[in-house]
Amino acid sequence: MFRYTKATAVREMIMWVITLLLLLPMYILVVTALKSDEEAITSSAVAPPTAVDFGAFVEVLTSTGRNSIPMAILNSILITGGAVLGLIVLGSLAAYVIARRTRTWTTLTYYLILIAIILPAQLGTVPLYIGARNLGLTGSAIGMILLWTGMLLPLAVFLYAGFFRGLSTEYEEAAVIDGASPTQAFFRVVLPLMAPATGTVAILCGLIVWNDFFNSLIFLGGSTMQTLPVAMYTYVGSLISAWNKIFAVVIISMVPILAFYMFAQKKFIQGFAGGLKG
Amino acid sequence: MVVGVHYLATLTGGFFAFTDWTGLGSWNWVGWGNFARIFEDPGLVLALWNTLFLAFGSVILTNVFGLLFALGINRTLKSRYILRTLLFMPVVLSPLAVAYVWKFIFEYSGPLNGLLKLMGLDHLQKVWLADPEWSIWAILFTVVWQQTGFVMVIYLAGLASVPVEVEEAAAIDGAGVWGRFWNVVLPAIRPSVAIATTLGIIQGLRIFDQIFALTGGGPAGATETLATEVYKQAFQLGQFGFGSALALVLTVIILAFAILQQYVTRDPDRAKRKG
Repeated sequence: MFRYTKATAVREMIMWVITLLLLLPMYILVVTALKSDEEAITSSAVAPPTAVDFGAFVEVLTSTGRNSIPMAILNSILITGGAVLGLIVLGSLAAYVIARRTRTWTTLTYYLILIAIILPAQLGTVPLYIGARNLGLTGSAIGMILLWTGMLLPLAVFLYAGFFRGLSTEYEEAAVIDGASPTQAFFRVVLPLMAPATGTVAILCGLIVWNDFFNSLIFLGGSTMQTLPVAMYTYVGSLISAWNKIFAVVIISMVPILAFYMFAQKKFIQGFAGGLKG
Repeated sequence: MVVGVHYLATLTGGFFAFTDWTGLGSWNWVGWGNFARIFEDPGLVLALWNTLFLAFGSVILTNVFGLLFALGINRTLKSRYILRTLLFMPVVLSPLAVAYVWKFIFEYSGPLNGLLKLMGLDHLQKVWLADPEWSIWAILFTVVWQQTGFVMVIYLAGLASVPVEVEEAAAIDGAGVWGRFWNVVLPAIRPSVAIATTLGIIQGLRIFDQIFALTGGGPAGATETLATEVYKQAFQLGQFGFGSALALVLTVIILAFAILQQYVTRDPDRAKRKG
C-alpha cells in the first residue's frame, strides 16, 4: 500500500519547497556576510554578492580584547569540553549506583534528580551567582565548568540511568569472576558498553552548554573570559547595523556546531528523539 | 573507595536538586511584599502575559507544524533523511545567532518589508521589532522557526512506532486519510504529543535569548517576559530579592504546567507501551 506513487512525488516536492523556504534565512545570512560594507546596505538581501568579499570575516576574526572571537571560541571549547567530561564521569557513576542498588535512598535520590530536571534554572541562578561570587568563581572557566556540571548532572544521570537499566548485569558479574575489582569492572567493561549513552549525554549537554547565553551572560558578563554567545552579543552591540559584519560573526559562531552536526547528524537526531523520551 | 565515589557523586546530584529548592529560602524570603509589587506593576503583569503568550503560542505552532512536517516526510519519501537533516538543523544553532538573522529580516529596510513591497502590500510594511503590537509576534515566529524541527523529530520517532499493518487494515476497512490519522495514528503517538507539549511549555516559558537579541524587551516593555525581567531586576538593577521573587513566580508557573500537562496527557497504558 505505501508504495511510491505520483501523490508521493507531489508530497516530496511540496516538502522540498517548504524546506527550502524555511532555509531562506540561512541563504540571506551567507550572501550578506560575503558582501562588502557598501553593498550590504544598498543591495537586495536575497541578491548574491557581485564580488565575494571576505572583508567582514577578516575584520571580525582579527578583532581584539573582549570582542576577540577566536578567544571566545577557545573559551567555549574549554568550558563545553570540561563540563561534558565532568558530566560523563560523575553522571555515569551516579547513574550506575542508582540503577544497580535498590535501596530506598537510591530511589529517593533518583526522584530528587528527576524533579531537578524540570526545575527552571532561573530560580537557582541568584543564589548560585552569589555563591560563585563569594568563592571568586565568576568570570572563570573553572567556575563555569563546575556550574554546568552541577546544573546538567540531573539530566546526565537520568539519561545514563535509562541505559544502565537496559544493560544486563551479567557483563559485570563475568568481569568480577575473572578477577576484576568493581572499579575495573565499571571502567573497563560497563563504561565502554555505554558508548551510545555517552554519545547522547555529550551531544545533549554539550549543545546546551555551547549555545547557552543566559548563564554565560550572568556568570561571565563583564569579564575577559567570554564564551562565544556572550562575545557575539557584546560585539554585535558595537556593530550598529553593519549587517555583513554581524552576519560574519553569526556564521563563525555557527560553523563549529554545524560541522559537528553534519558529521554526526544521525546521532544528534537520535539523541534528541530518544534521550528526551523518558 | 569506589562506593565512596559513587555515594559522593550521587549525593552531589541530589545536593543540586536540593539547592534549587532551598537555596532560595535562605536568600530571598522577604515576605509577600515582593509578590504584591509584581502584581501591582502593570509592566510586570504584561511580562507575565507575554510569557504565557510566547509559551502557548510556540507550543501550539511548533506542534502543528512539527506534526505536519513529520507526517509529510514520514515513510516512502526518497529524500526523507536529507529533509529531516535540513529541517532539524535550526535546532542545533545558538538561539542568539538565529535571532540576529531574523532581526535583519525584520528590519525596516529588511527582506520581509521588501517582500511585502514586491507583493504590492506596501501598507503592511512596518518596523516589525519596534511595533508594540507586532514585535511579540516577530519573537514568536523566530522561536517557532527554530523549534519546529525538534518537535518534528519527536513525532517522527513516535510515527515510526505505528505499525504499518494497522494503518493498512484501517485503509482496507474504508478509513480515509483523516480517519486513519485521527483513529489510528494519533492514539499511537500520544506519548510523543505528551513529551513534545511538555518540553515545549517548559522551554517556551523560559524564552530569553531571542528577546534579548531581537528587542531587548522593547519597545517600551512590550516584549518583556518573566525571564528577561528576572535578569534585569536581579543582575542589572541588583535587586536580587525582587528578581528571585519573579523567578519564583516563573518557577511556580512552569511546575504547575508541567504537572498539569502530565496529568492531562496521561495515557493509562503508557508505562506498558514504553517498554
